[in-house]
Amino acid sequence: MSWKKALIPLATVPVILLLAYGFWTDPRSIPSPLIRREAPNFRIAPFDGAEISLASLRGKPVIVNFWASWCFPACYEEAPLMEATWRKYKEQGLHMVGVVIQDKEPNAREFMQRFGYSFPNGPDPGSKISIDFGVYGVPETFFIDRQGRIAYKHVGALAPEVMEAQVQALLKG
Amino acid sequence: MGRAAFARRDRGRVRGGRVGVGVVALAALFVLAAAGLAGAAGAPAPSSQALVDERVREIASELRCVVCQNLSVADSPSDLAKEMRNLIREQVEQGKGRKEILEYFVSRYGEFVLLDPPKHGFSLLVWVLPFLALAIGAGGVYLVARRWAARPADAPTPADPGYLDRVRRELTEREDGTA
Repeated sequence: MSWKKALIPLATVPVILLLAYGFWTDPRSIPSPLIRREAPNFRIAPFDGAEISLASLRGKPVIVNFWASWCFPACYEEAPLMEATWRKYKEQGLHMVGVVIQDKEPNAREFMQRFGYSFPNGPDPGSKISIDFGVYGVPETFFIDRQGRIAYKHVGALAPEVMEAQVQALLKG
Repeated sequence: MGRAAFARRDRGRVRGGRVGVGVVALAALFVLAAAGLAGAAGAPAPSSQALVDERVREIASELRCVVCQNLSVADSPSDLAKEMRNLIREQVEQGKGRKEILEYFVSRYGEFVLLDPPKHGFSLLVWVLPFLALAIGAGGVYLVARRWAARPADAPTPADPGYLDRVRRELTEREDGTA
């Protein structure tokens, strides 16, 4: 086969590669530009308890979980794990803050009661915290290291092994 | 007394007329000043509000609604897009420019949030590939056309002698018949 005849099948290779790349990647997955960068500071007024600012938690590992009571089933699936992780690691210095997105307070309180939430959770009026963190759905969870940088972002319900590995990494860091 | 009284009354009327004009003028001045003050210190004039609205719409139409399929923040009815529009409005009212506001959203969501893919990096392919494909196609058409034009014309196919004889015969018969 002459090189001219080989040119036609060869020309399809980049097209096939481009298509393969398109099919391989998840169009709904948006890589966050915030990873390994300083987490945006925020102030939140929890439903119960005093106002918290992320800056005041600098030097401590923090998990920021964005959720809503209308987010079914993902938020309901990960809720027991969130509370269990908080109870297991709070003595080791782990902090956890729940940011409730576009929800009604009674519904959010009912959700917290249902899962026995004992870590601070508060509303996000105007979705300012959510937009600052580049959140585009719930649940989304950010693992913030002692230096205040976002070490990892998880989209969707957290699996126990992912949670464990990320918390261990935060506590060691 | 009567004239004098009339004169007083008349003078009073004249004075009263002058006072009336003065009061009206003062009231008009007061109303104008109050309107001016309200415009300066209160809500922005409708025209500037319309400008802010237009600016917000313009910027929001460049941003992708991150919870929708192929909708801009300007066109999306979703709650998050609404909050994003409010945030854009706040930033516009703070005097931030289009570039600064778009950069804020890119710093949060990445370049994905821009409806127009950026003209650098991997996304550059989206802009370059169609033109590249068009150029390659045009080049191919040109080469094929040039090859066709350069090819010698086909030699005429020799006619079947039997068929030629028959045509000649029929023509002669026709000429004889008409003559």
